[in-house]
Amino acid sequence: MTDLLGWRSRLPRGGPQLAALALALAANAVVSPDFFHLLLRDGRLFGSPVDILNRGAPTVLLGVGMALVIATRGIDLSVGSVMAIAGAVAAAGVAHGLPWGVSIALALGAGVACGLWNGLLVAIMGIQPIVATLVLMVAGRGVAQLITSGRILTFDEPHLLWIGGGAIAGLPVAVVVALAAAALVLLMVRRTALALFIEAVGVNPQASRLAGVPSRAVLVYVYLVSGLLAATAGVLAAADIRAADANNAGLWLELDAILAVVLGGGSLYGGRFSLGLTVVGALTLQTLKTCILRAGFPPEFNLIAMAGVVAVVLVIQSPAVGALGGRLVPRLREVRL
Amino acid sequence: MPPAELLSVRGCTKLYPGVRALDGADFQVRAGEIHALLGENGAGKSTLIAILTGVTAADGGEVRIEGRPARPRGPAQARELGISALYQEGALVPNLSVAENLYLGREPTRFGLVRRRRMEGDARLLLAAYGLQIDVTSPLGRYSTAVRQLVAIARAADLSAKLLILDEPTSSLDADETAMLFEVMRQLKARGLGIVFVTHFLDQVYAVCDRLTVLRNGRTVAERAVGEVSRAELVGLMLGEASAGAGYPARRRGAAVGPAVATFRGFGRRRRVAPFDLQFRAGEVVAAAGLLGSGRTETALLMFGAETADSGEVEVAGRPVKLRGPRDAIRAGFGFCPEDRKRDGVVGALSVRENIALALQARGGWARPLSRRRQADLAERYIKALDIRTPDAEKPIEQLSGGNQQKTLLARWLATDPRLLILDEPTRGIDVGGHAEILKLVDELCTQGLSIYMISSELAEIAATADRVLVMRDRRPAGLIEGAAVSPEAIMAAIAAPPGEAAG
Amino acid sequence: MSWVVRLATSAALALILTGCGRSAGPAQHAGQLTVGFAQVGSESGWRSAETRMAQDAAKQRGVILKVADGQQRQENEIKAIRSFIAQRVDAIFLAPVVSTGWDEVLGEAREAKIPVILLDRPIETKDAGLYLSAVAADNTLEGRVAGEWLVGRLGGKACPVVELQGTVGSTLVANRKKGFQEAIAKAANIRIVRTQSGEFTRAKGKEVMEGFIKAIGGANICAVYAHNDDMMLGAIQAMKEAGLKPGKDILTVSIDGVPDIFQAMAAGEANATVELAPDMGARALDVLAAYRKTGQAPKFVQTPSRLFLPDTAAAEYARRKGLY
Repeated sequence: MTDLLGWRSRLPRGGPQLAALALALAANAVVSPDFFHLLLRDGRLFGSPVDILNRGAPTVLLGVGMALVIATRGIDLSVGSVMAIAGAVAAAGVAHGLPWGVSIALALGAGVACGLWNGLLVAIMGIQPIVATLVLMVAGRGVAQLITSGRILTFDEPHLLWIGGGAIAGLPVAVVVALAAAALVLLMVRRTALALFIEAVGVNPQASRLAGVPSRAVLVYVYLVSGLLAATAGVLAAADIRAADANNAGLWLELDAILAVVLGGGSLYGGRFSLGLTVVGALTLQTLKTCILRAGFPPEFNLIAMAGVVAVVLVIQSPAVGALGGRLVPRLREVRL
Repeated sequence: MPPAELLSVRGCTKLYPGVRALDGADFQVRAGEIHALLGENGAGKSTLIAILTGVTAADGGEVRIEGRPARPRGPAQARELGISALYQEGALVPNLSVAENLYLGREPTRFGLVRRRRMEGDARLLLAAYGLQIDVTSPLGRYSTAVRQLVAIARAADLSAKLLILDEPTSSLDADETAMLFEVMRQLKARGLGIVFVTHFLDQVYAVCDRLTVLRNGRTVAERAVGEVSRAELVGLMLGEASAGAGYPARRRGAAVGPAVATFRGFGRRRRVAPFDLQFRAGEVVAAAGLLGSGRTETALLMFGAETADSGEVEVAGRPVKLRGPRDAIRAGFGFCPEDRKRDGVVGALSVRENIALALQARGGWARPLSRRRQADLAERYIKALDIRTPDAEKPIEQLSGGNQQKTLLARWLATDPRLLILDEPTRGIDVGGHAEILKLVDELCTQGLSIYMISSELAEIAATADRVLVMRDRRPAGLIEGAAVSPEAIMAAIAAPPGEAAG
Repeated sequence: MSWVVRLATSAALALILTGCGRSAGPAQHAGQLTVGFAQVGSESGWRSAETRMAQDAAKQRGVILKVADGQQRQENEIKAIRSFIAQRVDAIFLAPVVSTGWDEVLGEAREAKIPVILLDRPIETKDAGLYLSAVAADNTLEGRVAGEWLVGRLGGKACPVVELQGTVGSTLVANRKKGFQEAIAKAANIRIVRTQSGEFTRAKGKEVMEGFIKAIGGANICAVYAHNDDMMLGAIQAMKEAGLKPGKDILTVSIDGVPDIFQAMAAGEANATVELAPDMGARALDVLAAYRKTGQAPKFVQTPSRLFLPDTAAAEYARRKGLY
């Protein structure tokens, strides 16, 4: 908030976030020396960076939605469950013989419905976002189980399999879908006045309302987008394993999404947001996960290592460290004089 | 023997990049006096306080406390030297109890355990001395700003402060609370404390202060006993020679009054404000006067649709209009600068540009964005036209002074090309210079044909500006004063009309 | 505000419960045995199969089986047991979601003289008299069967193995790991080169396998051992997408025997699975019947850990498809 030393203006915007991503990538290169080795086979790109993009696709989608929600001072805990619901709907759809397009449309529709539900609870009923979305977080997984009757619903519909394993322009479909969706949302908010409205509502909801900003509509909108993106992520995750796993799909991913926003430099107090940096944050997170998985530590250390690394990254990005850097620079100059 | 100098600041200088914030300022405070520190925004008041409390260090000059040189490094050291400062939003902890706040960091203990009973007893006694009888076990956050301030003062005084700095303590208090605060200040004065009182309200200077120091452009321009300075002289000292005597610029009333712009008939809402009638014609200022809680703010909230009326009708430019919310009001050509700028007006972290563009953009809808270029042009235009003092349009509005924030809000509404501007206490908490500028703007806008509804608690301000005055009392209209009859005395008389019922 | 939340939550829960729960009616036919089954939940296909097979077995034997879905929460299971006690059922089957904290409620069942049979998972208690019998698989044995198959299949060929563990910290995982290690301890040609947790899920299994392939190269992996079939199904996909042939280039062995692994075996993409028999309900009913006749019951009934290979896969898949 306070920018007494002006370090933010001194460093380029997004510098700390990109630095964190670079560090995470460097750590990977240390763990596996041929990390950056890319290979083109059958018109498709293979390599660890591609894997990271592919694995990170759901987090990117959830993160983008979460960034909008958090910008309005809210939070959407239900995204993991919405993923499970969407995956279940898509799988159940093709299992009942519906065309693949209809199944996916139904799955995305389910996401929109979930987002609408959250948005109405928050914007119209005035329930605190963390409580409102907790309802669907808890109940949503049950709904997903109901749809799959408690089993892992495997499918072999060729279009869905293509989403999971195919490629567009050499990149996995999931990567293209996630980046395209992120770009689309970016265009939709930045090329319209939505970004201004979202930030205004997040900074001061009352003043925004009095300035004529349709605060409620803005709130419903962000939860709706979050639900739709979560459903997209759910379809991708189901296509990835060729099955709808109601119990495990998207489990705890809401926390990853929040972390992606935070790693992207977003404040949980709402206001300014950056979708681009949130994507960077999501990819940083996935890069770290990949690094830990590949380092060959015993699995008991996974969580500790992850927590430690995330803490380090957050400290690097913290204003205090930035201020320290800012203070060191003039001091060094003095020494030289 | 002359009273002892408790604090003595001589030739104090402070340079910020490009700005000489203090340029050899002098400042003396005696023990046992209330000393007003006055000056426009940018005069150097805040810098001086920051130096005294150790928040920043002076570049030159000396500070002595009871004759000994002092250079506090940080607020903790300043407190050890006996200097305590209270800001509007005090540094107390809202979710701790009143007693815990009073004894935070110095709780009475026995065997390492806090003696809660004893602490609460002490707290009760301590506050009773200031005439404050409240439940000291309740969280501080439950109490009003006034009580919180008194608790903060009590804590500071109890920490054996010698010099208490009160930085605009009254800006969010009502009349009764202010009176209570003054009583406490007088008590502390009687106990030999020196009190520095920073305020924008000149009346309060005369009400409670013994001496005053006026700063202008980082220099001390006057140090006088309050009784020696007239109000006009004081304004002159603060504003400098050019504006001397410009207490309130008087409008040429009724110069350009045109056709009816908006008409409210029987407009009201149960339990908020009784139905009132009000008509606005182009180019006139209608004011609402009344005590705090008289319903004057509620009239504005209803007229802007911030609360929905449950009776009455509105006609705008001859056509009936429904006001279900602010968006309807904005579509009808209304604009509203609310009383609590910080809470209801400015969108703090956003830039001046975004704050100016917000209402116009909101009216246009999300799908038709104003280009960045268009927003910047808009901002540039109003920054120039209203003389908003900001280094550039991208500065977050929260970093601007109160007066410049208010002008930015005005710009927000002017950008929508409104018919009727509703201004609730537009000059509250704004320094004298800003005050005059805003009233001048109001005059200019009327000349251009706008209607203005202005709510104010300063009768002199209303008298100088308004064509007609709606007097509110006990949440209902209590009279309309028009034209030449508008004077502070007449308004006062209307507010106080049935004797004994005026106190609201 | 809070009522809205409560309303919404309960509405959603009701929706779930109607799908899974059997409301416990008071009607008890004379002479017919009534058994309450406090089930963990319906978190996996295997779990649903266990419930369904218990219901089928009860119907065959003319026993009324009341299933309570615990939603994977201990307090729900405890509530269900108390309600069974109040209904005076003849016996209680409990598939405990966690291993500790059962002493009090099982004590209440003992006071009401209702025998309790544990299914599938053990509990930790000092008082073994709290339950009549436990029907479960030997998880160490499962790991051993998997390991022994691999040893036999390789016949001395050098083989680096990667292991997909279940969720870190459970005894189940520790035992499946231990059994496998015991089996391959004697074979100098087999060694586990990487082990990582796939958290029992397909998605994680796939991600971890991708990592293994990138980290040490697909050519340097000879076999995958997964603590459950779901992780293996994910791993099979990872291998295929990396251009490897699971079941041929890389051998697979996993545990559980869910239908999809049989499908994969039938397609030649998987080599072996060790079944965790889901017919625990039937065995528990047999124990109960014997106990009511003779007053005797074995403390531990071990279900078999059968190895299944591709030769029977197609038939097994057809048989299991509807069950899970």
